[in-house]
Amino acid sequence: MNSLEPARKLKEKFGDLISEPVEFRGEITVKLADAERIVDICTFAKNDLDFNYLVDISSIDNYGDDPRWTVVYELRGLGNGCELRIKTDVSEEKSELPSVIGVWKTANWHEREIYDMMGIRFRSHPDLRRILMWEGYPYFPLRKDFPLAGKPTDLPGVAFAKPAPLEGGPFVTVAGGKSATAREPRIRNPEE
Amino acid sequence: MILMATIQDIEIPDSAARSAQAADELQDAVDEKMVLNMGPSHPATHGVLRILLELDGEVITKADPDVGYLHRGDEKIAENMTYTQFIPYTDRLDYLAPLANNVAYALAVEKALGIEKNLPPRCQYIRVMVAELARISAHLLGLGAFAMDVGAVTVFLLTFTEREKIYNLAEAISGARFTTSYTRIGGVMHDTPPDWCANVEKFLEEFSGALKEVETLLTRNRIWVDRLRDLGVISKQMAIDYGLSGPNLRGSGVEWDLRKNQPYLCYPDLQFDIPIGSTGDCYDRYLVRMEEMRQSVRILGQCLKKIPGGWHNEAKEPVNVPDGKVVLPPKQNVMTKMEELIHQFMLVTEGMNVPPGEVYFGHENPKGELGFYICSKGGGVPYRLKIRSPSFINLSILGELMPGCMISDVPVILGSIDFVMGESDR
Repeated sequence: MNSLEPARKLKEKFGDLISEPVEFRGEITVKLADAERIVDICTFAKNDLDFNYLVDISSIDNYGDDPRWTVVYELRGLGNGCELRIKTDVSEEKSELPSVIGVWKTANWHEREIYDMMGIRFRSHPDLRRILMWEGYPYFPLRKDFPLAGKPTDLPGVAFAKPAPLEGGPFVTVAGGKSATAREPRIRNPEE
Repeated sequence: MILMATIQDIEIPDSAARSAQAADELQDAVDEKMVLNMGPSHPATHGVLRILLELDGEVITKADPDVGYLHRGDEKIAENMTYTQFIPYTDRLDYLAPLANNVAYALAVEKALGIEKNLPPRCQYIRVMVAELARISAHLLGLGAFAMDVGAVTVFLLTFTEREKIYNLAEAISGARFTTSYTRIGGVMHDTPPDWCANVEKFLEEFSGALKEVETLLTRNRIWVDRLRDLGVISKQMAIDYGLSGPNLRGSGVEWDLRKNQPYLCYPDLQFDIPIGSTGDCYDRYLVRMEEMRQSVRILGQCLKKIPGGWHNEAKEPVNVPDGKVVLPPKQNVMTKMEELIHQFMLVTEGMNVPPGEVYFGHENPKGELGFYICSKGGGVPYRLKIRSPSFINLSILGELMPGCMISDVPVILGSIDFVMGESDR
């Protein structure tokens, strides 16, 4: 079965709440306008569209944009082989959305991980504790404003925040972000 | 007078009866529970898994797995480097099958680039071969450690002898035994060395014999069967609900294998079967892994026959996609030609340009479905790279699986789930 079909059915059922399905590299993505309705959408997807398997939940930090968080659900039907990605935005002030643990039990650890790494809370999750970091750790490390090891930071108590040995040196390139000219090692002043 | 010893059959109650019996015993006991902290460094936890067990006598009443002792922040690291630079980090996910991780990651990035269908056939065959060798290697370690935890140390010695040969093959093809980093985006590091295919064939022959020996030691061994059967039963529904993947999902009777259901590389051209279990207990998961190794041997045998260009590639079949914006040019050309020099410079400093968009690619790894979710905003660095790690998800079922079991069953269940913490904690 074509994966576009269930996405269409979802759109039919929920109307404006669901965006037009977008296809990229053969994968179908729909966007849910209101994160509060995620449980309804997922329940419908599981019971009526046979998406019985939750592959993964990821989260994206759109740092500098509003709303800041995007939560991504990867659904799969083991019976029909269909796949669907549902995305939904959550604002930084709220940083909370309902848990889908009642739909798929596997959501338990995924949601704990997202809470641990990004600091997005899942309402009515029975056991929302940190999972990879330890209890009492003050930061959410996957946020874009949290520094990578070796990058200087103003945040207190972050380990390994001293500049890396060759950081800023004449032969160190910086991957990504800036244009090729700005990253060209010779053009940068090591004193900066 | 000679005293006759009576021979008693050992009765193995089914799992439901077992749980009921355990619950009965609990009601009789005085309400006093003990918390046992198992791990993080315990031989049966295969790494640094910690489980908080609440015990009533020897019966587990609650289990709370605690992961994260090996967390290195791979997803954060990935956001700060080019796609190619992340390949060595994938070695360190499931460090028992680094070659399979390399293949999985390369395929995910290629999907984002839209070039996964253009991979040269020889490259596809080489990738399938290394992935299947990695599967055998990972299953051998899982099985050896599993059997040792249950008390059959001989199996461990046998499986490690065979693993050693796979390491030699990995060393021959990639230069490293452990941290292979063999694949590149758009191809592989280099073609197979001379005699590599012949060595694989030799290995397959020897390995089939060793596998038979392991089989004789375990499959109908009374102690092994008694300890594994009807233990840690995962029903079909439960396996799907908990998102299990790989042999753990198939052990519960779900016929799902990404190599068949969402075929990638040259798997559609190859004949192999997907073994599934019937009851979903530890014994079924053991049987599924054994059969998977045999199927991998079958796949490797076909690859050796069908590999385009033959064993020595005299026809000079390419192993990389012919795209200078993705694959590094040959060094000779970099030194002598302008365009190749530019390509080399751009690829090294900036990385390949992955168009904005998001993809998810799941690869059938030895432990289950290793998936990479890549969110790109264009350029050479992923905006977000999420690793769907099968061990992490497989472990999440422990909290439901363990209550009602005896404490001596813990190593058996852990061995049958077959996880690796490097991947679970990322």
